[in-house]
Amino acid sequence: MGALRLEAVRPRVLAPVNLTLEAGELVFICGPSGSGKSLLLRAVADLDPHAGEVWLGTEARSTMAPARWRQRVGLLPAEAFWWADAVGEHFPAAARREQDVDERVAPRSADRGHDDLLATLGFAPDVLDWSVARLSTGERQRLALARLLAQGPEALLLDEATANLDPSNRERVELVVETYRVAAAAAILWVSHDPEQRERLGGRQFGIRDGRLGQTEAATADPARLEDGR
Amino acid sequence: MSLVLLTPFDLALAAVLVLLLAAMSWYLHLGVERRLLIAAARSTVQLMLVGLVLKALFAQTNPWLIGLMALFMLAVAGIEVLQRQKRRFRGPWGYGIGAFSMFISSFSVLFLTLTLIIRVEPWYQPQYLIPLLGMLLGNTMSGAAIALDTLTRGAWDARGRIEARLLAGGTWDQAIASLRRDSLRAGLIPIVNAMATAGLVSLPGMMTGQILAGSPPMEAAKYQLLMMFVISAGTGLGSVAAVWLGSRRLFDERERLRLDRLRDQGRDRGQ
Repeated sequence: MGALRLEAVRPRVLAPVNLTLEAGELVFICGPSGSGKSLLLRAVADLDPHAGEVWLGTEARSTMAPARWRQRVGLLPAEAFWWADAVGEHFPAAARREQDVDERVAPRSADRGHDDLLATLGFAPDVLDWSVARLSTGERQRLALARLLAQGPEALLLDEATANLDPSNRERVELVVETYRVAAAAAILWVSHDPEQRERLGGRQFGIRDGRLGQTEAATADPARLEDGR
Repeated sequence: MSLVLLTPFDLALAAVLVLLLAAMSWYLHLGVERRLLIAAARSTVQLMLVGLVLKALFAQTNPWLIGLMALFMLAVAGIEVLQRQKRRFRGPWGYGIGAFSMFISSFSVLFLTLTLIIRVEPWYQPQYLIPLLGMLLGNTMSGAAIALDTLTRGAWDARGRIEARLLAGGTWDQAIASLRRDSLRAGLIPIVNAMATAGLVSLPGMMTGQILAGSPPMEAAKYQLLMMFVISAGTGLGSVAAVWLGSRRLFDERERLRLDRLRDQGRDRGQ
């Protein structure tokens, strides 16, 4: 896993952003709504046209197939969308395989890590058979995170990952994200409106003011990392 | 049995029926009498002109003039496809995708039909080419228009789901696959339905025409079958081409969904 480096990334409403997240580093972004936080994450995931380059470790985004990039730098949008009927259909084939095999022949031990992840988020393994239409907003949000982590991203972009959750589920999500960050040494860029959450989890914090991204608390980090682009 | 020639007086009698309808609309305050009369006048002028043009074309069998006529028909069909889109592509693509798809499908199917199936000599004999092209274009036009409209509207509405597939590491191809299937299906339904009910309710227009012109019904039925088969091939090919080009155009080289390439609804010129 490697560092995530944004080089003059320029979403529609922001001045160019230069920002480096070390492998396994957690960085928070906050700012008023409409200030461009989500657009910045979308730009990093390469969903919108924009100028700039992003590096994952030593690999430049422009040298990688877009699908591969989005799989390795996983974005969790504020609103999770589901394209099929059953929850399990949205998970990568490897995580789903145990479902397809006859259970009497192959006991459910093939993918323990996956079941553990679902359990930590408060779901039984049979959630994969559930219909998406039955899910509540909060369940959708938690399962969207499980779905994202199942694709094994090397860096994470989280957009309001806990916005619709009650306190106990919020803790579950934070625990899962923190565990993943440490275990996979994944750089995490997290857009969050919750000051207590930012306090709780630590890490550098950036805010967006007047179309510019700037560090709001110089507590832990090296200010030289953020060079203003304009 | 021979062709009964219509005199201007015969047509005038039929036109009186339209006038009566217009009078009824005026009397009952239906408010359509004006549009009805204008439409009737338009069709009179258009059909008379086409009759004259075809008469001249048939007399000469000049391949360049026939080509010009074919291109004119294609151009009008292209405009029609464009106008049936709720969300069309910006710039030349809006017109180009529909017109190009109809061009490759209708013209290739037409050429095969004329050279391999009907085998007229020369193959561009306008008496066959122009009516066949008209029927092919008319149906391909509906197919391509419905398919493209389903595609662009669907992409607009399903943006979140399409991008979710991209974010899950899917290619543009996988992200649009189900919508592409739906669009193709929608484009093909009219011709499939037409084939399924052909002859049960109404006789198809071409068969009717041939019977009125004195052909034996069995011969007319055979021609109609031939046309239905080649029309479904042309419509299928045209819809596939339009949907493929359209879905490719919805994504850029970095496989991003580019809805900004579609015009906003109801606004004529974007941005």
